[in-house]
Amino acid sequence: MIFYLLRRIVYTIPIMIGVAFFCFLLVHISPGDPLVSILPPDASIELQKQLMKLYGFDRPWFEQFATWFWRALHGDLGTSIASGRPVAAEVMRAVGNTLMLACMATLIGFLFGGLFGFVAGYFRDSWVDRIASALSVLGVSVPHYWLGMVLVIIFSSWLMWLPATGAGPGGSGEWAWDWAHIQFMLLPAITMSVIPMGIIARTVRALVADILAQEFVVGLRAKGLTDLGIFMHVVKNAAPTALAVMGLQLGYLLGGSILVETVFSWPGTGLLLNSAIFQRDLPLLQGTILVLATFFVVLNLLVDVLQTTLDPRIQRS
Amino acid sequence: MSKPNLRTRGLGALVGSTLLALSFASGAVMAQEKVLRIGMTAADIPRTLGQPDQGFEGNRFTGIPMYDSLTQWDLSKADAASVIIPDLATSWAVDAKDKTKWVFKLRPGVKFHDGSAFNADAVVWNVQKVLDKTARHFDASQVGVTASRMPTLRSARKIDELTVELTSSEPDAFLPINLTNLFIASPAQWEAKYKAVDAAVTDPAERAKKAWTAFAADASGTGPFKMSAFAPRERLELVKNAAYWDPKRRPTIDKVVMLPLPEANARTAALLSGQVDWIEAPAPDAMEQIRSRGFKIYSNPQPHIWPWQLSFAEGSPWLDKRVRQAANLCINRSELKAFLGGMMGEAKGIVSPDHPWWGNPSFDIKFDPKTATAMMVEAGHTADKPLKVKIQVSASGSGQMQPLPMNEYIQESLKQCHFDVQLEVLEWNTLFTNWRKGAKDASANGANGINVSAAAMDPFFAMVRFVSTKTFPPVSNNWGYFGNEEFDALVATARTSFDDKARDAALARLHARIVEEAPFIFVAHDVGPRAMSAKVRNVVQPKSWFIDIATMKMD
Repeated sequence: MIFYLLRRIVYTIPIMIGVAFFCFLLVHISPGDPLVSILPPDASIELQKQLMKLYGFDRPWFEQFATWFWRALHGDLGTSIASGRPVAAEVMRAVGNTLMLACMATLIGFLFGGLFGFVAGYFRDSWVDRIASALSVLGVSVPHYWLGMVLVIIFSSWLMWLPATGAGPGGSGEWAWDWAHIQFMLLPAITMSVIPMGIIARTVRALVADILAQEFVVGLRAKGLTDLGIFMHVVKNAAPTALAVMGLQLGYLLGGSILVETVFSWPGTGLLLNSAIFQRDLPLLQGTILVLATFFVVLNLLVDVLQTTLDPRIQRS
Repeated sequence: MSKPNLRTRGLGALVGSTLLALSFASGAVMAQEKVLRIGMTAADIPRTLGQPDQGFEGNRFTGIPMYDSLTQWDLSKADAASVIIPDLATSWAVDAKDKTKWVFKLRPGVKFHDGSAFNADAVVWNVQKVLDKTARHFDASQVGVTASRMPTLRSARKIDELTVELTSSEPDAFLPINLTNLFIASPAQWEAKYKAVDAAVTDPAERAKKAWTAFAADASGTGPFKMSAFAPRERLELVKNAAYWDPKRRPTIDKVVMLPLPEANARTAALLSGQVDWIEAPAPDAMEQIRSRGFKIYSNPQPHIWPWQLSFAEGSPWLDKRVRQAANLCINRSELKAFLGGMMGEAKGIVSPDHPWWGNPSFDIKFDPKTATAMMVEAGHTADKPLKVKIQVSASGSGQMQPLPMNEYIQESLKQCHFDVQLEVLEWNTLFTNWRKGAKDASANGANGINVSAAAMDPFFAMVRFVSTKTFPPVSNNWGYFGNEEFDALVATARTSFDDKARDAALARLHARIVEEAPFIFVAHDVGPRAMSAKVRNVVQPKSWFIDIATMKMD
């Protein structure tokens, strides 16, 4: 197990270097001016050159990359061009907020997705299966952005039950797990949960149906096990795959919530990325992508380890 | 005297207790804090350290409320052009012998929010922060947004406690206007932050950088509002400065909370759900709903121009003046305005006819397709042989209003006057970068026009950069290479007319000639729509990019 773990950790190193290199390259080859956030387009060419030098953008790209990567290895992701604040602090604050939202969304998605999936799989081809399957297809198909807006219109603009934007009455810095704050999280979390809900439901449905058709279930029934006992065996057998899917979904939610966080002005990594892209704030963009990529890689590693623990056959293969 | 009976005494007690309760209630209402919550379009709180980013929205929300400058825009009138008035300088004059030197007399008795005094040293310090690379407090991150807006300012020198001398690189009558962009931050507060930087940080430049970061989180200016709380990217709270030096702008609103809400529908929902009292740029489709729910929508044409800037490079179809004027006469701006729900000012030039720089041009920009078509036929273009033009546009962008539907409307309109318009849609930052490179650069990709809207607050940015031969790319934004000796002479005259009236008269002559020569297709002025709760009173939306929060009141 330790060897397996070490092997997986070693594999992540080239992945991380590759991610860092490509994200650096992508933001540098995209068109536009890296100083657009602090330099109006009507600024003189002399001023532009002066600032390019002051910020080091006049140096060759590989030199810029080497400097940036070396500092990043030491935990210094540089300073945001637009805000002048350290990128690492900005990203970590946003990661914390997104993590809260993503966990809530994953929890909702896993609970309801798992429920729909088990029910649909257990009662395959019944009307219950059809309703649960329809809901899961709907969840996968509905665009996040649109659903978020619809929820805001209904629950904020019309009914005025829930706040439309933000992360609490005093901002995320004063976050507390009470109703005054949780109400700010509900709409974005529900919006974000529908895709994982749909995916988990479909996965679990297929798994349950597949497991129920296996011979060991017939054997368990022959041994006189109750339905609840059989159900527990099915859950245990379906869990590794369902967990893997949930882990991946959590990973996607961590990095893939730009639209939802923008609609709800939730101060997470999605909103941060959106802001960095529109302001062409390269240090912030690179730093955020690198941190998100790291999270994704680490999450995948954790899921693999968890799967191996639950099902030792994976390790052997 | 009869003794009051029980019923009378009971009634008296009831009235008394009611009055008492009412007085407590009114006391409670009086004591209730008046908080104004604003949803901005910015994705982040504009920088708070004195020189805001995020364009003029930054100046509007973290500049003007928290800081003063030597000169300021008059934001007290909605029905007249916003002009320059004294702020921290009470008067100014150019040196009679050396026109590169200006003397500014400063306002006495002004204090920063930290209690330190405003004086000539503070002005010199604030000029150094962006122009003197050797100064300890020089901050590269503030240079871009400041130096570009006062391109000729070079240095400042203290004459006495309340007098400073500013030096420009060349005689420049526009300098007092440009100085609205230099916000005066507190040197004492910055010094305190500098001293508080961890002693382990020994590099002076790094210490200065950290001091500015700390200053941004606990800023100090002389403005009508003081910073009280700051959560990066989430909210900024300001409280009233009860000791503000100008009694007419001393706030009655206790607290202002600013929230970055970049998405138009999210802002609108925040307003409708009562989360905020004021939003910038509501979603256009929601205007009627906003009005029907009792909110007020304010708008007024801003110093802003939404044009097609035309190419004068060799081979450009716009070299023929008849073609340029025909295109200007072929757009029904009233219909376009209606199409945008009324949220547009109809452009008749760079500035509007009520502006001091208008100048009565002989070419009247209006909708006259008959004359336009006749001019095009005279120039050799017919329905069978339309003139092909190509324009680079964006799908979105700061100040661009609604570029795609607006450009498609113009494309369709010009068809009736024998134009065949091809639109090339680019990403906003790419278009912005191309703007500086010019029509002769490969980035123009054969286009002979570009649609980049622009602020027209001061003479350089409104006119000079578009018509001077000294501002050809890549120096500035004369994308189309328009200009000649006549325009250079008009610019020079305006720049060296140091009397305000003479300067405005010179600028009016320049503007009139620009409209007559039509190097642009003048289409629209943005009107800066904002929606507010009815409980926000005393709102004056001036003809400006800015608005004065200090004079507003709240029920």
